[in-house]
Amino acid sequence: MATRQTQSLARLMRAPAIILLLIWMLVPLGMTLYYSFLNYNLLNPTGTSWAGWFNYRYFYTDPAFFEAVGNTLVLVLGVLTITVVLGTAIAMLIDKPIFGQGIVRILIISPFFVMPPVAALIWKNMIMHPSYGVFADLAKFFGQAPIDWFAQYPLTSIIIIVAWQWLPFATLILLTALQSLDGEQMEAAEMDGAGAVSRFIHLTLPHLARAMTVVILIQTIFLLGIYAEILVTTNGGPGNASTNLTYLIYRAARLNFDIGGAAAGGIIAVILANFVAIFLMRAVGRNLD
Amino acid sequence: MGSITLRNVRKAFGDVEVIPGVDLDIQDGEFVVFVGPSGCGKSTLLRLIAGLEDVSGGQIMIDGQDVTEHAPARRGLAMVFQSYALYPHMSVRKNITFPLKMARMDQDEQTRRVEHAAKILNLTDYLDRKPGQLSGGQRQRVAIGRAIVREPSAFLFDEPLSNLDAALRVGMRVEISELHKKLATTMIYVTHDQVEAMTMADKIVVLRAGRVEQVGSPLELYRSPANRFVAGFIGSPNMNFLEGQAAADHGAHAIGVRPEHFRMSLTEGSFAGTVGVAEHLGSDTFLHVDLDDGTHIVARAEGEFAARHGDRVWLTPEEGRVYRFDAEGLAI
Repeated sequence: MATRQTQSLARLMRAPAIILLLIWMLVPLGMTLYYSFLNYNLLNPTGTSWAGWFNYRYFYTDPAFFEAVGNTLVLVLGVLTITVVLGTAIAMLIDKPIFGQGIVRILIISPFFVMPPVAALIWKNMIMHPSYGVFADLAKFFGQAPIDWFAQYPLTSIIIIVAWQWLPFATLILLTALQSLDGEQMEAAEMDGAGAVSRFIHLTLPHLARAMTVVILIQTIFLLGIYAEILVTTNGGPGNASTNLTYLIYRAARLNFDIGGAAAGGIIAVILANFVAIFLMRAVGRNLD
Repeated sequence: MGSITLRNVRKAFGDVEVIPGVDLDIQDGEFVVFVGPSGCGKSTLLRLIAGLEDVSGGQIMIDGQDVTEHAPARRGLAMVFQSYALYPHMSVRKNITFPLKMARMDQDEQTRRVEHAAKILNLTDYLDRKPGQLSGGQRQRVAIGRAIVREPSAFLFDEPLSNLDAALRVGMRVEISELHKKLATTMIYVTHDQVEAMTMADKIVVLRAGRVEQVGSPLELYRSPANRFVAGFIGSPNMNFLEGQAAADHGAHAIGVRPEHFRMSLTEGSFAGTVGVAEHLGSDTFLHVDLDDGTHIVARAEGEFAARHGDRVWLTPEEGRVYRFDAEGLAI
């Protein structure tokens, strides 16, 4: 009896926070859903009318839409691959005791503290710029023609920038996982005749599986919404070459002032994100008990 | 074959010399126990033999071959760790097969050896479980299984029973001894528990601060300890030491008498004292006696010896069972 009372009291005490969170989530979602069925353009804000499925059809038939979905997937997968592979490598390097370990670790983590637009601007103007960027200087030093990164490889450039920003996160999570790897297991494997590569494949990787899952899940959530880096570097161009779904929605809302169309795009993005989430949980979620 | 020879093996971590120099001969098929208090370097010595630590000086030879510079896997030894060090994401079968897989052994041979090891160790029903689903004793057996499938020239055990509860420890002790009889392979076993050393060993190596204090069979160490440290370490409960007049009467700086070598009387004897705690185990009674000169003594009496707290008792050491030590603690 006492337990039941405690439980209902606990439910009562939790309720305000949960209800607040629910409202916080449901109101914007509901408004987006509502706007997505309206002809609502900021150039003519009084002339709203019911649009039915028009906004969805319009967004869906836009050739830029599929390009944007494709770009989004390439961006997410590219960044995930780079951060997980490099993150594992760097984590294994700085897991070993080295001189100046504390400073090295702080330096490696620091990109995470740089705000995305700032990071993107630094990469744009100081590293990848075709005439006074570091890469251009390097290319000239070796007698090559400098690459105009954002014109020639726009999506790759953005993948590099975003991967640079998220690498510390992956490294940090994987490093903590590495540090919980039992040293005696490694020694046992050494006695069993496993070389460094076998130990990595048979012990380290399975041990890191859970941490990698966390990295992939969390990063995917944030990577689906990449926007600032694109805005300050390529503006989605040339053409739609570096436009992802988020940026396409931004363009509909803020450049075409088409609130209804943007809202429909937003809803489509939410649905697609849920597909990705289900797929991910099926694929890697079993590593989390 | 598995004879192991250490020649002046030294180990230092930075400026700290853990093992100042050890010489040791281990014959093929022997069960050797390294015993000593914690921090005496016994585990380090085992890891040096395994190759998990590099020696700072000296030579390690297995079957007459110098392996000092060889990697652990090339020494042909198998080790059972204190934490078992099982691979948590692999089934028991995969754990046991792992060393064979690493050696790229023939598939049929792998299966045959795993089945054989599982049968010896009563693990056949658990082959498809993960280590996390096993009890402590079963995990221990998996670790041993992983060691025996390689058919190594010697087994190294690093305090393998210290994570088990008391009852299981006694059982596993017997199992490991039986395994040694069955396989007749050299085993080196590290423990801080002198009971394990006494019950399992063919040869005990008593270590203190990285030095070998004495090497010998359990009964040799029991009967003729080389010094006060060995005398106090081997035997349970510990040997009693008396100094002053009692020792001078025997012409020594100190004398030692084991608890089981006292005759007890309620009326007369060599030393008089008062009973503190009397531990009645049924088969034996251990009396904690405070002698009149203040020395604390533990003496074993027969199980039904009727002495209570506060009683006066007299203790007489048996003839020929008094160990004499000089001022440096060496046996006379």
